[in-house]
Amino acid sequence: MREPLSFKVFRVVILTVLTLFVLVPMWVLFTSSVKPLGDVQGKFEWWPSHVTFQPFKDIWSTVPLGKYFLNSVIVCSISMVLSVIVAIFAGYAVSRWTFRGRSVFTTTILSTQMFPGILFLLPLFLLFVNIDKALGFTLLYQTRVGLIVTYLTFSLPFAIWMLAGYFDGIPRELDEAARVDGASTLTTLLRVVLPAARPGVIAVAVYSFMTSWGEVLFASQMTSPKTQTLSIGLQSYSTQINVYWNQVMAASLVVSVPVVLAFLLLQRYLVAGLTAGAVK
Amino acid sequence: MTSRPTVKRAGGRGNARRLTPYFLIAPAIILELLIHILPMIVGVWMSFVGLTQAFIANWSTAPWKGLSSYKLALDFSSPIGNSFLHSFEVTCLYTVLVVGCAWFLGMSAALVLHRNFRGRGFFRTLFLVPYAMPIYTGIMTWSFMLQRDNGLVNHVLKSLGLTNGDSFWLIGSNAFWSMVIIAVWRSWPFAFLMLLAGLQNIPDDVYDAASVDGAGIWKQIRYITMPALRPVNLVMVLMLFLWTFNDFNTPFVLFGAQPPKSADIISVHIYGASFVNWDFGFGSAMSVLLLAFLLVVTGAYLLIFNRRSRRA
Repeated sequence: MREPLSFKVFRVVILTVLTLFVLVPMWVLFTSSVKPLGDVQGKFEWWPSHVTFQPFKDIWSTVPLGKYFLNSVIVCSISMVLSVIVAIFAGYAVSRWTFRGRSVFTTTILSTQMFPGILFLLPLFLLFVNIDKALGFTLLYQTRVGLIVTYLTFSLPFAIWMLAGYFDGIPRELDEAARVDGASTLTTLLRVVLPAARPGVIAVAVYSFMTSWGEVLFASQMTSPKTQTLSIGLQSYSTQINVYWNQVMAASLVVSVPVVLAFLLLQRYLVAGLTAGAVK
Repeated sequence: MTSRPTVKRAGGRGNARRLTPYFLIAPAIILELLIHILPMIVGVWMSFVGLTQAFIANWSTAPWKGLSSYKLALDFSSPIGNSFLHSFEVTCLYTVLVVGCAWFLGMSAALVLHRNFRGRGFFRTLFLVPYAMPIYTGIMTWSFMLQRDNGLVNHVLKSLGLTNGDSFWLIGSNAFWSMVIIAVWRSWPFAFLMLLAGLQNIPDDVYDAASVDGAGIWKQIRYITMPALRPVNLVMVLMLFLWTFNDFNTPFVLFGAQPPKSADIISVHIYGASFVNWDFGFGSAMSVLLLAFLLVVTGAYLLIFNRRSRRA
């Protein structure tokens, strides 16, 4: 269909405004990360007058970024793996069986997603402190274990939802054929259904990893200096005297690039999964 | 729940099939119970006891306080109740603005990028970046841009001759607007994603029929696209509403546990009362009130939406 002039103008305006809105912060992030400290503390410059990669070296020594990184990688990977495993089983059940309590299960799980995080933080804080006290050693409070258990449930609702959607798209005949051959439910799931759902599983894994990687609220109270993750650790580049803005930007880049790349590379699968619930 | 050997017995085959889904969802249920349902129950209990610092590691001895935390939060003539009410109002305004702007930008971008043209893939990918970045890195970048002396925003405003370039963006009433812009920046791509997916679900022949009838592109958007997007819009707006109303990241990364009064979003308000003043009982009471409010709004929203769609 022919587009009238008004729509062409609308398109140019919208695309220009949004591109600037998205790109300007990106530009600041990139250019400031290669400026010397003096330049980011002085008047703002669009183009860096001195380019240096020193901030990318300094970020590792100004604060223990390596430790934060390691903590984040450990916590996010383990909670990702566990969350995907739990979601595969639950998603398969939701997709293939009509069992009593199915809709209660899916509704409850999805509705926990909308509750305020602070509502869970206070009781979990109290529970973790007191469970550790009863155990006589620190298992949950401000430990990686505590954080892993918590994070794993954050991505679970969406993970189950997304995977159930993917499984729905895999013909049931595959399951039945395997069953006729004498395969058990578990074998059918692992050998037949799961390989066919690989893109969905990868998308769910990335989604789950990203959720924990960006989490701030629980990380702020449920970590100690020893177990601190990136989301809180990155704030330590600002001290009372000084904010190392170039290093803040360099560290932000280092932390963002892997997840943004993963997201963009897998966007087809992720978008399909994220929107499936709302559109269908 | 343990896997009993009985299901393997002859005739137990059907029984086993019936129980299979329950075994499969058991891990998810146990985790949900432990991390969501149980804490919620404990949270409600906490709101009735005086759980201050002295009792956190000693919760069984905390004194029962009945409804007094609720009374404190809802007594709007007292300074404490008043600041809670103020925080609630700030959050409402914040939510309306952020959801409204995010919807508008997302809708516009989806309408524009739904139609094929050169460079479409590039824009589509670019627009996802704010959503894909870890929340706090985006907010920290904005925080740098909003610095008074070395930030981009004041620099641009000054070179355009709009201000003297010495405004404070992160304190006083400006802090609120800074927060709104950052939250819109972060959430509009989500609206865009959902609406674009919604647009792709509208069959082409509906449009073809309309253009034979002589309807122009704006008329088509008004009379075909918008009504067809209704279900997506309803779900998406609800999700954006809940996320924005519960937003903790934007104020916390920008301002820490005690934001300026203008930016005192409710989650941070409760966080401050709980972890700065160490009054978990009062914090829980406010959390329960927040949840009650969200449940009522969501319930009313779904009720109105369901009735309307039934009439349609």
